[in-house]
Amino acid sequence: MAQSAQPVKKRKIKGDGAWGYAFIAVALIVYALFTAYPVISAFLISFQEYKPLGSTYIGFDNYTATFKDDLFWKSIKNTLVYTVLTVPVALLLSFLVAIMILPLRKKLQTVFKAVYYLPVVASGVALSLVWLWIFDPMPGGIFNQFIGWFGAHNQNWLGSSATAMFSLVIMAWLSSHGASIIIYLAALLGIDDSYYEAADLDGASFLQKLWHIVIPSLKPTTLFLLVTAIIGSFQVFQNAYLMTGGGPDHATTMVGLLIFDNAFKYFEFGKAAAQSLILALIIALVSLFQFKFLGKDVDY
Amino acid sequence: MSLYNNHTGSRAGKTARNTVIVVLLLLFALATLFPIYFMVISSFGDPVEAGAVSYSIWPGKFTLESYSFFFNYSEYSYRWILNSTIVAGAVTITNVFFATLAGYAFSKLRFRGRGVLFSILLAAMMIPYQVTQVPLYILIVNTFHIENTYSALILPGLVTVYNIFLAKQFMSSIPTEIMESAKVEGCSQLQIFFRIIMPLSKTVMAVIAILTFMESWNTFFWPFLVTNTMDMQTIQVGLKNFRFANTTYFSPMMAGATISAVPMFILFFSLQKYFLEGVTVGAVKG
Repeated sequence: MAQSAQPVKKRKIKGDGAWGYAFIAVALIVYALFTAYPVISAFLISFQEYKPLGSTYIGFDNYTATFKDDLFWKSIKNTLVYTVLTVPVALLLSFLVAIMILPLRKKLQTVFKAVYYLPVVASGVALSLVWLWIFDPMPGGIFNQFIGWFGAHNQNWLGSSATAMFSLVIMAWLSSHGASIIIYLAALLGIDDSYYEAADLDGASFLQKLWHIVIPSLKPTTLFLLVTAIIGSFQVFQNAYLMTGGGPDHATTMVGLLIFDNAFKYFEFGKAAAQSLILALIIALVSLFQFKFLGKDVDY
Repeated sequence: MSLYNNHTGSRAGKTARNTVIVVLLLLFALATLFPIYFMVISSFGDPVEAGAVSYSIWPGKFTLESYSFFFNYSEYSYRWILNSTIVAGAVTITNVFFATLAGYAFSKLRFRGRGVLFSILLAAMMIPYQVTQVPLYILIVNTFHIENTYSALILPGLVTVYNIFLAKQFMSSIPTEIMESAKVEGCSQLQIFFRIIMPLSKTVMAVIAILTFMESWNTFFWPFLVTNTMDMQTIQVGLKNFRFANTTYFSPMMAGATISAVPMFILFFSLQKYFLEGVTVGAVKG
């Protein structure tokens, strides 16, 4: 019995290998065609002046033109401003909310999780339309009514270059925390009770426990959320596209929107491809930087 | 015993603390839900131009006129909903099947290059979609000439790396002994997959199905690029067209937004458990 099992097992492994390839075949074909090929193609296009019938190679012209383009730098600046204003606030809000949900009964926890997650489920196009009207510049506009209670004057929220970016930021604050609250809560529930017990024996206060136990334990979660939020924020373009079109005076033109405009408004595919690769490089560098400096004692 | 002190001997203290917490959470919930609430109540207003509207945050009038205004805007408005359903449905089925299949292979089968292939797949998640959008557009429109078809809407999303990742994560917790004993009993890999793996993976399949359907239903960018006639557009693209053609019609715009959002709300409330599970499945380290 034992003697005959050996060759049988060997044959199975060989057979399994073939099944392995068969099972991933469709995934690999889809990947090769719709991800790998486009990435390689993007590299090639970025060195071309693209024309449907016969493109010409123009070396690094698309890249040098991009670096000389004031609008490109402005879009980088806008993207950074948007990221710096939205990501930390959204993360902090999520963290605080998760901490507050933690001591509640299970049922109540579920209710709040669902409530905060609901905007994530709604389509981005629908939400952008609603916010468009909330920011209506007329005195009757909802947001103007709201700031009126505090004695502030009417603002032309999306129509003025002074407030347009801020308006998009407010929208992000109130609609981008659904997933991170749930992830934070799951991480909080995963912290071993023995840490708290030891701290209680030492007479630690709530804030001490928060600082010495919770925040260090949640570091991997924070890093994960931070990296994914920044990657997402660097690519953002849909709200700006639908609500301001990048205006007024390019005040809300983010890199993602600039690339979109170059590609599908001006049909400068070469330039768009070059800019998208620069964006990819920036995202890669920023992610690497975060893992290196924030993730020192986080092991994955 | 936990992060919060237990207020031993003082139930009143605990109740007071939790009440304060709930009030704060409710205030934040109010701010979060306000846009959705405002969208729904405003959609029942009259379909008049914005100059004549005064916004109210309280439900006032109830009429479905704005809904008929939205549907009357284009003869294809019902078709948009149908298109979204067809595309999201198709993509959901293919993702559930092919992602589960690939996830099983990557987590349980041994074959040469498995690790390398999976790393290559994962690397794609770091690439911003701006990089692939132009070449993908050229591929679909200029090479395959399938612009404005269901194929153009469905093919690029047939199976996503993220879903394969989810399936693999989930299946690595299934004990390998089950498959080994099935092999000893003479099951082929195909039988193992259909009779053992799929029934054991119902949770992750549900999560993949729901996340994929939602993603596809809500997606705007790709259908916007590859469709150019109203009869092929999805509800999100139709809604965007409606918005730019009727910039001043407040209530009808809210009706359109509600129509595009409500199917996902219904799905969410009926399958909440899987939605919330889906959020954390991808985030746990592994």
